[in-house]
Amino acid sequence: MSNLKKLALDIRIETLEMLSKHGFGHVGGSLSIADAIAVLYGKQMKYDPKNPKWDGRDYLVLSKGHCGPALYSALAIEGFFPREELLTINQLGTRLPSHADKNLTPGIDMTTGSLGQGVSCALGMALGLQLQGKPNMVYAIIGDGEAQEGQVWETMMIAPNKKVKNFIVLLDNNEQQLDGFTDTISGLGDVRKKAEDFGWFALSVDGHDVEAIDAAIERCKASDQPGFIDLRTVKGKGWPAKEAALNNHACRGVAFDGVEDVLADMRKQFAAMND
Amino acid sequence: MVNLVKERLEDIELTKAYSQQLIELAEHNPKIVDVEADVGNCIYGGDFCCRFPERYIDLGICEQSLSSVSAGMSAVGMIPFCHTFAVFASRRMCDQNYISCAYAKNNVKIVASAPGISSGENGGTHHANEDIALVRPITDITILEPADSVAMRWAVKNAAEHFGVYYIRAERLKSNRVYEDESGFALGKANIIRDGSDVTLIAEGSLMLNECLLAADYLAKNGVGARVVDIFTIKPIDVETIVRCAKETGAVVTAENHSITGGLGSAVAEVLCDSFCAVPMRRIGVPNRFGEVGQPDELKKVMHMTYLDIAEAAMTVIQGKNN
Repeated sequence: MSNLKKLALDIRIETLEMLSKHGFGHVGGSLSIADAIAVLYGKQMKYDPKNPKWDGRDYLVLSKGHCGPALYSALAIEGFFPREELLTINQLGTRLPSHADKNLTPGIDMTTGSLGQGVSCALGMALGLQLQGKPNMVYAIIGDGEAQEGQVWETMMIAPNKKVKNFIVLLDNNEQQLDGFTDTISGLGDVRKKAEDFGWFALSVDGHDVEAIDAAIERCKASDQPGFIDLRTVKGKGWPAKEAALNNHACRGVAFDGVEDVLADMRKQFAAMND
Repeated sequence: MVNLVKERLEDIELTKAYSQQLIELAEHNPKIVDVEADVGNCIYGGDFCCRFPERYIDLGICEQSLSSVSAGMSAVGMIPFCHTFAVFASRRMCDQNYISCAYAKNNVKIVASAPGISSGENGGTHHANEDIALVRPITDITILEPADSVAMRWAVKNAAEHFGVYYIRAERLKSNRVYEDESGFALGKANIIRDGSDVTLIAEGSLMLNECLLAADYLAKNGVGARVVDIFTIKPIDVETIVRCAKETGAVVTAENHSITGGLGSAVAEVLCDSFCAVPMRRIGVPNRFGEVGQPDELKKVMHMTYLDIAEAAMTVIQGKNN
């Protein structure tokens, strides 16, 4: 599991480097989902960076598409494209737009950005693969703010009813959204219980504990129901000042003040992991 | 080239032709799936379900998912034909059609039944009078409105064979045949159904093509030669035929089962404008108002969409060119 912790840290370093150098980006939600993405790309998913369209691969749909930077970091680290390309984020003509785009970025399986749609597309992918008798897994990452979209709950109803088994939804439950705390705007309540009631095999785990995330995915895969994992996360995880801040959804300009110190600490930790 | 029927015998419903063609294609292509949102039975979905139960995916009443789930299915190689009423396929699914289907470059065939006033008794909530206006600006969507069962069969086959997002309008009304079985259609190619040199009537769909042909008969009795064009493909639109007909006849009337804003009339006006082809033109269709309950034949009168309205517009534009 140490390699997963290292990968998660590497994802955070790359994410903060690219966004701070660009001067804008969705920092909070990219940092909160880094550990889950590390488990997916470091252990759970089948893929071939040299052949991103390999038909034996597992699929990931980043339904909270604005957190593309965390996913791009993982893809670059795993060799889908050069790491240096990460610094082109959001520049005109880049292959790395702020929201995930399957037609631009090697390794991205679905275009997302309009919240609620990605998880629904992922369900369609799982259904389509199941119809073809293929064993590929489909993962979808949604946000807790995103779960306010009605379309998410259409998927919550459809997947168990259609007995989709090759499908796991990971909820980045970081308790914040653009305008504030999710609970004060329109909270999810006991979302694990809700998912279970809809017919999912549902678990709730520490979303920053790579071992717990990995074990939860294993248990979902062993189930004959679609899997739902409520990841208890902290928005801005890894950047202490942002973890405590309310407005950490996106950062621009001076909001990146202090990031160099955070990156220096992270790099030190990363070097120590190599020892 | 299309071959026109000599006698316009009664046709089967366009939705029946759609269902028959989809089943025929699915026999040979295991990738074809019929995705529904609880109105499949309105267009003979049960026939597909009986033949291919595993490929008949009724998601329930959730049109947003109808679009996005279909997009996802296509991303793993399936060819989904997703169907609902045109009101939902456009107004309700607009962002999903845009992002999940078109922007993401997926391979989804959206089938929109009962467009315009053809949903009659379901009333204003169910009259899709703006669907073409909502879909037309979306990049890379092909919009077809077949005017008879032969054109519908060709549209479904073409959609299945070519990658991309299609929006196929399917009226649920009985109409009359226009084309012979072996007609050769083409994407972006309008078909001239009747010749004439005084005015061009450009129709969209079976309902309004029929009205245009009646108008042409009526005008002929008054010594006016009306050319009638079935636009068939609303996007891409046949610029060459529209401009040629406008130049040759000098006047144009469009007739659509849709709002006169944003649909066929607007598209033809754009073509004439971009081509520096200034001819007198009038648009017949649903005026700027909401729908209401009524039989399509009654609504045609209320909305000023009858052959007499078309003929009157034709006389107005002919007078315009003579001034």
